[in-house]
Amino acid sequence: MLKDITIGQYFPMDSAVHKLDARFKIVITAVFIVMIFSADSFLSLGLAFLFFVIAFAASKLSPKLILKSMKPIIPIIIFTSVLNIFFIDGVTVFQIWKIRITDNGLITSGYMIIRLIALICGSSLLTYTTSPIVLTDAIEQMMKPLGKLHFPVHELAMMMTIALRFIPTLIEETDKIMSAQKARGADMDSGTLIERAKALVPIIIPLFVSSFRRAEELALAMECRCYNGGEGRTKLKSLVSGGSDYAALCLSLLFLCGVMIIDMGRVVL
Amino acid sequence: MSIIKTEKLTYTYSQGTPFEKTAVNSVDLEIEEGEFVGVIGHTGSGKSTLIQHFNGLIKPTSGRVLIDGTDIRSKDVKLRDIRLKVGLVFQYPEYQIFEETVYKDIAFGPKNMGLDEKEIDRRVRETAELVGISPELLKKSPFELSGGQKRRVAIAGVMAMRPKVLILDEPTAGLDPRGRETILGQIKRYHDETKSTVMLVSHSMEDVARFASRILVMNKGEVLCYDTPPAVFARAEEIASVGLSVPQITKIFGLLRKRGIDIRGDVYTVEFALKTINEYLEAHGRGGLENA
Repeated sequence: MLKDITIGQYFPMDSAVHKLDARFKIVITAVFIVMIFSADSFLSLGLAFLFFVIAFAASKLSPKLILKSMKPIIPIIIFTSVLNIFFIDGVTVFQIWKIRITDNGLITSGYMIIRLIALICGSSLLTYTTSPIVLTDAIEQMMKPLGKLHFPVHELAMMMTIALRFIPTLIEETDKIMSAQKARGADMDSGTLIERAKALVPIIIPLFVSSFRRAEELALAMECRCYNGGEGRTKLKSLVSGGSDYAALCLSLLFLCGVMIIDMGRVVL
Repeated sequence: MSIIKTEKLTYTYSQGTPFEKTAVNSVDLEIEEGEFVGVIGHTGSGKSTLIQHFNGLIKPTSGRVLIDGTDIRSKDVKLRDIRLKVGLVFQYPEYQIFEETVYKDIAFGPKNMGLDEKEIDRRVRETAELVGISPELLKKSPFELSGGQKRRVAIAGVMAMRPKVLILDEPTAGLDPRGRETILGQIKRYHDETKSTVMLVSHSMEDVARFASRILVMNKGEVLCYDTPPAVFARAEEIASVGLSVPQITKIFGLLRKRGIDIRGDVYTVEFALKTINEYLEAHGRGGLENA
């Protein structure tokens, strides 16, 4: 059950997208998000989506993965789109009793659905193709200028690395503890809300205990390796950018321009 | 009727992703009631995956698992009933401990079974005694105990449910030799007293050889052999060829045979070795060894 969570998972493969410099990938993802939210017509949204399709095809990942990453957010999508349908004013399309459905409501929720899906798709493509370590490395480098303002960039990046590193470990641990308690006859899938909340105690307590134990072990191991913060640390693998990175960035900017031109054209006309 | 039966049992992890891996491949197995089965194999040989099928924690990708005659995949079977029938002790079971007192933690399983207070109390005290947890320890917090004691409390938590089959996944991992001896002895005692079926997964051929009435050797997700210890250790060379070691005493007898001494090759305990050597020496007209 818990193993089905794919958010933040990395699928190592040999593809053009995997090889891109992580800093560029972050920027391109940001450009893509700007694209989605600045697009104001179905045509320009379609263009933004085309960009995603090209990037996804280049990543050689299985399309199934995208569907899988979508699963957990389906309730959110349905919830927001339904709210939009009912509460936006416009020309009535049809009406039952006091509930009115308007053309504007339908269009806005349509946009909302597409934008949410695109948002999840774009960011999952980033995490699917970039290992968490490289990703935090990239974030650390991009935030370096903030260090001049005494912002603890390295510490923050280290915390992120550790947090990301331990997500799968903790998921595995939770799975194990759940199995162990189920084997002792714990019933987690039925009963009233209060009973179910109580049934979580045998999982949460061991999980807390083991998290503290892990944190202590990790801290000790880091100290044994003379870790004392970011000062003077060098990287084993530093990020290098090349021609293909700039090309990819240009491509994304080109698409962004395309999206904007389409929408401006509509406004002028 | 056999208590556990599998037919062409296959299990594949992460099907449909780049991480796809078949952990158990077409396993046919029949385990009779009352056996003490030792399960042996390398890390990644599929032992842990196989045993998780037996209490319905995972379901086969293909093939069937029958527990006491019922298919774990059939619709009208309640997985909880299967789990009460087959008790599973995981690796490092002390990490599942959560209650305020040792007593309450051992009582967690029996309580889930819906037993009455008196029966729970009887079982907790009985099982605690069996695994060597003294009555005054029952009132303590389990987090104050030593590693070995915690392990025994966790094992007692499953034993107290009195399952028909008790499966233990490497119950001695990470313990010192003395702790290992204690736990293995207690498991043996549990088997003798309750007449239930016990499956013991282990890395150590020595441990398995001493207690098991049957040994299951797993290799790369398949069953290499499932037989009585003498029959398994008679195939010592085959077992060694997949990288598992036979007990040291069996190795010595193998070497003796290689030197041309006509002695039996299926020796796997020190006691039996002593007897065999004495018989050999007597047959050849020399005095026997003193009993060690």
